[in-house]
Amino acid sequence: MSSRLINEYLREDKLPHIWCPGCSHGITMRAIVKAIDNLNIEKNNICIVSGIGCSSRAPGYMDFNTLHTTHGRALAFATGIKMANPKLKVIVITGDGDCAAIGGNHLIHAARRNIDITTIVFNNNIYGMTGGQYSPTTPQGERGTTAPFGNIDKNFNLCNLVKAAGATYTGRSTAYHVNMITKLVEEGIKNKGFSFIETLSICPTYYGRKNKKGNVVDMMNYLKNNSINVKAAEKLSDEQLKDKIIVGELYKTQEPEYTEEYKKIIESFQKER
Amino acid sequence: MATSLKIKNEKKLIVKSEWCKGCGICAAFCPKNVLSIENEIVKIVDIDACIKCGQCEMRCPDYAIYLGGKDDE
Ligand SMILES: Cc1ncc(C[n+]2csc(CCOP(=O)(O)OP(=O)(O)O)c2C)c(N)n1
Ligand code: SF4
Ligand code: SF4
Ligand code: SF4
Repeated sequence: MSSRLINEYLREDKLPHIWCPGCSHGITMRAIVKAIDNLNIEKNNICIVSGIGCSSRAPGYMDFNTLHTTHGRALAFATGIKMANPKLKVIVITGDGDCAAIGGNHLIHAARRNIDITTIVFNNNIYGMTGGQYSPTTPQGERGTTAPFGNIDKNFNLCNLVKAAGATYTGRSTAYHVNMITKLVEEGIKNKGFSFIETLSICPTYYGRKNKKGNVVDMMNYLKNNSINVKAAEKLSDEQLKDKIIVGELYKTQEPEYTEEYKKIIESFQKER
Repeated sequence: MATSLKIKNEKKLIVKSEWCKGCGICAAFCPKNVLSIENEIVKIVDIDACIKCGQCEMRCPDYAIYLGGKDDE
């Protein structure tokens, strides 16, 4: 037996999952199904789409309409699904490599269109699946197999990136702040437009080991002790916020949504006939 | 409120050891030191101290520990 939540929303015959001991992807996946459960959305009205990576394996375990696509392209597939069937709630699960490196172009254009898709990035600051190469979110100075002496690239602030590109909802949480993930995903799904939720995650096997971050519990404690809520952060200087993880609902606005705008075009032609 | 509290208190702490990978997260963040890791598997060491807060269930990456209702036993 397992808990009601797991029994109802996961494909139990596929469990236990393949993620490493202490990998936080399992925590985030559960927090997402909790959000769906809280919103009481009919399972059949949801489609979950992912690319390739450890994080992108999540939909394989989730008992909804699911699509495991190609590396970096989850948002391109998700856009097609949403255009074909705008009634579906489309949720994308992606990794920092999947969405910000190979898939960076799709990410900014999905945000620009403000298409009603909720994207959740499991940001563990590294390519987990392929053995620890640095990613666009590996902090400067940190190590990966492809940056054995320290990464010199400046890392992306993903929430700022998608906000600048046109997303109408952004939020950030961590694998320690589990209830906050659930809350942000709920708000993201409710937002009619492109929603982006970043979850700072832990990959003990590669990121942790390469960067001597200690054990799983040490990595969790890092997320716990270095996060600050966006409301509290507003009162602090840039210097005080250096190396802090700002968590909470970061941005929320309203803009015309892509599939609705497209529907208007179709309707205008239907009237002419 | 009273009823929901009651329902919560009727729940029982259940370990599904086949799924446990011994990561130690549940034991580290349990506020009452109910759990410990022995031979890379979670073990309940002080069930009387458990306040049924559900933190272990929320944090377990492998769904190997949870508060189950009567039906779950
Ligand atoms: C076109 C293509 N290029 C490269 C790969 C190899 N590849 C598989 S997963 C991955 C990166 C995964 O990293 P991330 O998205 O951060 O997910 P994580 O495994 O860390 O959860 C790469 C480069 C691939 N599968 N397809
Ligand atoms: S390699 Fe990293 S991201 Fe992949 S399952 Fe293991 S801990 Fe998780
Ligand atoms: S329910 Fe709370 S008190 Fe009981 S074992 Fe889990 S974390 Fe500890
Ligand atoms: S958190 Fe889960 S997998 Fe990790 S030791 Fe506890 S029960 Fe086992």
